[in-house]
Amino acid sequence: MKIFPLVSNLNLPIAICKDTGRPSWGLPFGRARRRSALSPSSRLPPAPRRTQVKAGAAEVAEDTQRTAFLLRKQWTLYSVTPLYRFSEAHLRDYSRLLSAFVAAEKKKGLAVEIGGELDIKVSVTSLPDLKGSDRDQAAILVQLSSRSSASPKNSEEKVIWSGWFCCVAGDELSENLPEAFTCLPLFLVNGAESNTAIVGTWFQKTFDCCFRRLSLSPFNLSWMAAMWTGCKVDKPASATELVFSVPRLPHPLHISYAINLEDAQALWATIQKTPGEITQEEVDVFMDCLYSHFYRHFKIHLSATKLVKVSTAVASAHCDGIIKFRQSQYLTGVLMLLTELAICQIQ
Amino acid sequence: MEQSQSSKTSKRPLQFRDTNQTDMSAWRKKGRTDPENSVLDHQPPNDQKDDNEQDSLEEAFRYFEEVQDRVSLKNSILQKHLTAVESVALQRGLPPEGFNVLLDVALSGKFGDAVNTRILRSLIPASVVPEDSVVSSVSWLCVSKCSGNVQLLFLKWLITVFDFIDHKEQLNALYGFFFSFLQEEKMCPFVCHLLYLLTRKENVKPFRVRRLLDLQAKMGTQPYLQALLSLYKLFCPELVTITLPRKMKAYFRDPEGPWKAAINTVRQRNQENTQVARPLFLGTAQPQSQKRKWNTQISIPASSRNKINFEEDREKKCIDLHSTNESFPVEQLQTFSQLLQNIHRLEFPSQMGSVLTNPLLLHYMNCFKDESVNLRLYYWMEQTLQQECTWCVVDNSQYEEEFKNFLETVYETECFLQEGFSSCEEFLYKSLPLWDGFCCRSQILRFVSWIPLRSSSEIKSHLYNPLAQLFFTSSLYFKCSVLESLKELLQNWLNCQVTRLDSESDSEVHSSNTTLSGLVNTIAELIHFVGWISTVALRLESNHTFLLHFILDFYETVCDMYLRYDLPLLIMPPPRVFYAVLLGMDSVNLNQLCYIMHRYRTNLVTAKENELSKKKILQFKFSNQTYQEYNKYLTAMVGCLWTSNVFQKDIHPQGIAMDDELLKKTEVPDFKNSFNIVCHPALMSYAFFYLQQAFPDNTTVDFSLIKGKEWNRYLEYLYLQGLDGLKVFIESSVKRISQASHSKSGNV
Repeated sequence: MKIFPLVSNLNLPIAICKDTGRPSWGLPFGRARRRSALSPSSRLPPAPRRTQVKAGAAEVAEDTQRTAFLLRKQWTLYSVTPLYRFSEAHLRDYSRLLSAFVAAEKKKGLAVEIGGELDIKVSVTSLPDLKGSDRDQAAILVQLSSRSSASPKNSEEKVIWSGWFCCVAGDELSENLPEAFTCLPLFLVNGAESNTAIVGTWFQKTFDCCFRRLSLSPFNLSWMAAMWTGCKVDKPASATELVFSVPRLPHPLHISYAINLEDAQALWATIQKTPGEITQEEVDVFMDCLYSHFYRHFKIHLSATKLVKVSTAVASAHCDGIIKFRQSQYLTGVLMLLTELAICQIQ
Repeated sequence: MEQSQSSKTSKRPLQFRDTNQTDMSAWRKKGRTDPENSVLDHQPPNDQKDDNEQDSLEEAFRYFEEVQDRVSLKNSILQKHLTAVESVALQRGLPPEGFNVLLDVALSGKFGDAVNTRILRSLIPASVVPEDSVVSSVSWLCVSKCSGNVQLLFLKWLITVFDFIDHKEQLNALYGFFFSFLQEEKMCPFVCHLLYLLTRKENVKPFRVRRLLDLQAKMGTQPYLQALLSLYKLFCPELVTITLPRKMKAYFRDPEGPWKAAINTVRQRNQENTQVARPLFLGTAQPQSQKRKWNTQISIPASSRNKINFEEDREKKCIDLHSTNESFPVEQLQTFSQLLQNIHRLEFPSQMGSVLTNPLLLHYMNCFKDESVNLRLYYWMEQTLQQECTWCVVDNSQYEEEFKNFLETVYETECFLQEGFSSCEEFLYKSLPLWDGFCCRSQILRFVSWIPLRSSSEIKSHLYNPLAQLFFTSSLYFKCSVLESLKELLQNWLNCQVTRLDSESDSEVHSSNTTLSGLVNTIAELIHFVGWISTVALRLESNHTFLLHFILDFYETVCDMYLRYDLPLLIMPPPRVFYAVLLGMDSVNLNQLCYIMHRYRTNLVTAKENELSKKKILQFKFSNQTYQEYNKYLTAMVGCLWTSNVFQKDIHPQGIAMDDELLKKTEVPDFKNSFNIVCHPALMSYAFFYLQQAFPDNTTVDFSLIKGKEWNRYLEYLYLQGLDGLKVFIESSVKRISQASHSKSGNV
């Protein structure tokens, strides 16, 4: 028997809160037929690129700056089927067309000239840094910004909605596709749903693709909890927090379980056998340890509840398919996992 | 009648400049044979009256052609001619030649508005309106000799008769002139309508878009401008965009005017099939319910083209001289002949999902095998099915009706294409384990029948296991529906197999032996599965007749696989099924079993012959076990129906062979004869009625009377009652046996 150094400074606030709304439980399809979603025994956790950091600090700084705006925002996840006849060469044309489309949708019934001056500006640009390998399509960023009406000229444009398509290590999907298709299976959105609807509709019409909310199952969330606990973070980071919801109660009950980062990491260190590799068994052991510890103190079997949220120093994820990135160095790593889940949903 | 017609035509050669003689004569002929003409004047015979009218009409035309000065409406000559024109126009419409004259007069301002209005109102075409006349009247319009009201009336007329104009090339060349009329506020709605009818892709220009947008800014959202602009958008999505409000119904007001009713009457009278009003279509205006989230509603997209020509693409086109063929817009595809004419320059719609509701595009898809086309449809359908599935997604249950309709549409498409979609297959595999067997039942079970045939092990765990669970725990009717859809699945597979074999022999690919055996295994697996669930179901439902009927239906396909589908596979029904029917009370099922056994025999005999003659090098041989099993069944059957020794000769391990000792203990008198075509429980009622007919005097029923010649007569009686299966069975299996006496089963 191993004694885990968990008990020493355990931080266990139990938050019981009324549920604001029933989480829209995703499809139980999770595991597609062709591939067992996450069961393969080896998964590489997002490893920090040591060599790169040494090579040029300036470059990294610039790199992080370009993707810095993606951090600390809530992103709603969608899966997208491959885009038909999408071409990176036409991004500017897409901006013009989409701008006009947004304007036309906003003022239903009024026709809008394409390329004219509009209240809401749409930019479709490429984010070349966000990809896992050269085989991946560069990420595409769509931003809606409004010009303030007070001073029309030279005024600051305010971004009111952003969404980006990306594919990090999505070879599995892209390598079997005909040339006419572009594989960008993951779509992340921050902004009003009405704008998401407009932009999504335009993409669906123009590139014959389908958007679908990507929810995260408790199974996937526990993977994230284990994977992200194992990641080293430079800055002093907050505790790892898991939120559980208790099913079948007249009033929704949420249990929040926070573990000091060092404790969680120490626990994980005792479980993980091969560095750089995680197995399903290890994830199960990790979660079981946390559950049994909790039971010892509160006599509550967390295994009978549903894991709805995981919050770590790397990122936080909610079962409704909402994610927040916290560390730019692990951005691509998290995206790789999400890309895999998105591909799983569309295949 | 005929004679008089021809004499008339020859007597008076047409005086008008005439390009449309056939139409003219048609008009005259129709007019003449019309009995209603006599309503006005009863005295003169029709012919004569028509001649009079004809004369006065021509006179009127001549008058209008030659009149120089402005004449008052009160002028009696003018009155006479106007009335002549009006009466002919209302009764049978004006000939094409008349329009030039009348339009010239009406729009040149020679007469006052009252006369012009009357002339315009009487312009009802009998057949067509010549393009020339319209072109010249547009030139009159441009010099604006006539008043605004007359101009307006002319436009309304033009819109109404637009489809009667014989050609539209020159008219389209005047697009710019019509466009300039937009500035007249009163005329604007009608000009928009006309432009809507006239617009082609090449008419859509950036400066026109800008002009329309200016108008829109001035006048606000007018439906007629919206309609024209959305048509522009359809042709040039790179120039303009518009989102139409949902509740829009009519984009143009009916141009009113007196013509429509008159045209319809004339047309009915002339029985022409020209279309008067064509429905306005706007691809973007499909009503959608707004009740749900943007990406979660089942809406099969409208087929529309959305290909954007960017600058670079256009340049490329200039270099590539061969690609001068403009692609045919999918919105315009309305008829099959259009499909045939444009099949080389047709493009799929921007959203592949729209093909589901468009049979023409399905035809096109069928002959245009392209991976990306299938992939687009696959992704769309798979996502829609999974997202909308009412039992897999919480909160979807209220949309069951919608989902049902969608499943229905997809199923119909599969039937149309005679091919299952792999997206539907995957959807089934994913959703069946969660299905309650109730929601959308008939649609889901129909989906099962279109699972594509391929050699895979997946089908067992993904289809058979969940289906069996539902099958065993559901009602009798559910069981029957499952059997029905599995029968259809088998038939679809067999059809698919036959076409595969055909295409293989064409291309002479013989290397696919392994896949053939794989497919045969898949089919065999299905039959074994049905055999298994049938066995269990019969026990659960205590040999329900209805259930047996569906099981036998399935085996009716199975017993003929070798001959009808050229498939080297025959599987006998399980004994539980065989004996349940053989010893059952139902004559319909017994009859069907006889037919099935007869078909098994035919198939097996042919197989044996082929094997012996070795004409074909057989890849597969039926195992001896199949023959043996057949023989055991046959023995039992013949014993049960014919030779009355069912208990002795039944050698099947699960049969009903019994010791004599045991049979004696039952104390059934004459147990030997309790199973034959007379005393079989399923046939006894026939025997009873036969006896009543044959021996009306006998008060007691004595079945032993049926023997010898009576037996044969009884047999004929049975055949007459519609027991055809029994007939073919006895004729093929029994007669020979009785002739060759004891070697019953040896001959197969």
